[in-house]
Amino acid sequence: MTHRTGVVEPPPLDSPIAGAATNAAGRRLLRGRSATSLTRASGLGLGVALMWFSLLVLIPLTAVLVQASEGGWSAYWESLRSPQTFAALRLTVGQAILVTVVNIFMGTTIAWVLVRDHFPGKQVLEVVIDIPLALPTIVAGLVLLSLYGPSSPLGVNWANTPVSVFLAFLFVTLPFIVRTVQPVLLEIEPEVEEAAASLGATQFTIFSRVILPSLAPAIASGAALSFCRAISEYGSLVLLSGNLPYSTEVASVRILSYIEGDKLTEAAALASILLIVALIVIVILDVISRRVARYA
Amino acid sequence: MREAAASQTATRWVLRVLVVGYLFLLVIWPVVLVARETFADGLAPVIDALRQPEVIFAFQLTLSAAFWAVVINTIFGVGISLLLVRYTFPGRRTLNALVDLPLAVSPIVVGLSLVLVYSGRTGWLGGSLEQAGLQIIYAPPGIILATAFVSMPLVIREVMPVLQEIGTEQEQAARSLGASALQTFARITLPAIRWALLYGVVLSLARSLGEFGAVKIVSGGVAMRTQTATLLVEERYQQFGVENSIIAYTAAFILALIAVVALVVVSSFQPQKGTRR
Repeated sequence: MTHRTGVVEPPPLDSPIAGAATNAAGRRLLRGRSATSLTRASGLGLGVALMWFSLLVLIPLTAVLVQASEGGWSAYWESLRSPQTFAALRLTVGQAILVTVVNIFMGTTIAWVLVRDHFPGKQVLEVVIDIPLALPTIVAGLVLLSLYGPSSPLGVNWANTPVSVFLAFLFVTLPFIVRTVQPVLLEIEPEVEEAAASLGATQFTIFSRVILPSLAPAIASGAALSFCRAISEYGSLVLLSGNLPYSTEVASVRILSYIEGDKLTEAAALASILLIVALIVIVILDVISRRVARYA
Repeated sequence: MREAAASQTATRWVLRVLVVGYLFLLVIWPVVLVARETFADGLAPVIDALRQPEVIFAFQLTLSAAFWAVVINTIFGVGISLLLVRYTFPGRRTLNALVDLPLAVSPIVVGLSLVLVYSGRTGWLGGSLEQAGLQIIYAPPGIILATAFVSMPLVIREVMPVLQEIGTEQEQAARSLGASALQTFARITLPAIRWALLYGVVLSLARSLGEFGAVKIVSGGVAMRTQTATLLVEERYQQFGVENSIIAYTAAFILALIAVVALVVVSSFQPQKGTRR
């Protein structure tokens, strides 16, 4: 057993999703290998953990990629280029981009109001922001249907139209940018803005030159998360969008109908696209969080 | 100066109204409407719906699957957080990034991936497991696997930052005074991470109870056998008749209630989170 008085810790890690842009902790690499390398017990623990992680996550996700490549490249492209699949992909990506743009604007605004404004009931809004994330997706669909479906008190009926896809994406992605921007905004001192104002800067100048640059990484990582969540959405659309081919059918629904038709290779081909986008998003978030840590 | 202050107040009000209006239309009003729809004919039909054997079964199945998924995720989550924070080993950075993957992948892709490996008919491992007497797909173990998959990172994401923050000083002191690894964990580490762990467990439980897409693919959704609460909502809503729709709304209301209660519980931990150190 080693008796050490000095504190030896391995270099800090942060989760690309949780820590992107918000965790600005310094990332000095302490080289303390001797004290932090694996002991026999922890090595065994790592082995067991990796085995479970592989059985649950890594092997199944690899199976998707292997199944997708079953018929070779030509079959892979062929299945992605089938008109119905292509229409589903176009709808999914198009609406996801649109929703992400709305979220960049609304998410930042909501975060600003939650941090800088004070009014009765603000605490309630804090809980409201997280409801879309906590609500089961099938219930989210039912919830949206009650205000925007056939018996809407607003007199609109967007069920089974492409608007319903937009609405569902908007609902489920609501918290992402708010929750990544909020902690960063909390750290910006109001004094900086007051100084800019006393030097004669207009509100717009203050926002675009003082606040926005520090928020950019947080907005970017929130946007990446929000895009990723939107293209993979399924549950909230089941009751709401009607899943009409060429009109409201999204990529996830298309994968499901391939599975139900026992066309696993086609299902895996389309699933591999979603999987690759998810991997790209994780890499982007990791890069952003490293950048932020470096400049902090 | 007074003009600037006035325009600032005006901006403040515009943004406040915009945000409250947006959240009201997107979240608050729709959620209230579902609650009203559930109790449109009073309490009696709701109680009746809750007495249906299919409903009782669905909630029991959901609870037991969620329970096992949370147990697995808690043990695995604490273990992997300790390994990632306290030790160095090759591939540590990659593992840290991959651990978040389940949150970024579509539930449908999760379901498909599990079917490809564990299906008794065509899966890589499913055939041999089935011969050994363990059916996974279209059976409760598959539901547990799918649930554990989607909620896996939640405990890890809460526990890891706290482990990083508390450092190793106290643990090393305990070890140098002769405490065993297990004693150090139980007496020093666990009390320090308990709030973060509880927070992660609540989030994980809420996510597990509400999982739909992945469970739909691996379970088959057969009533009284593999139909969870979320699958029941879908099936009953799509069937005709007042009775079915009241069952759908009741189950949805209960799921929503659990989600909101979990949220409130979790946000009541938040001050403790902030004041710690």
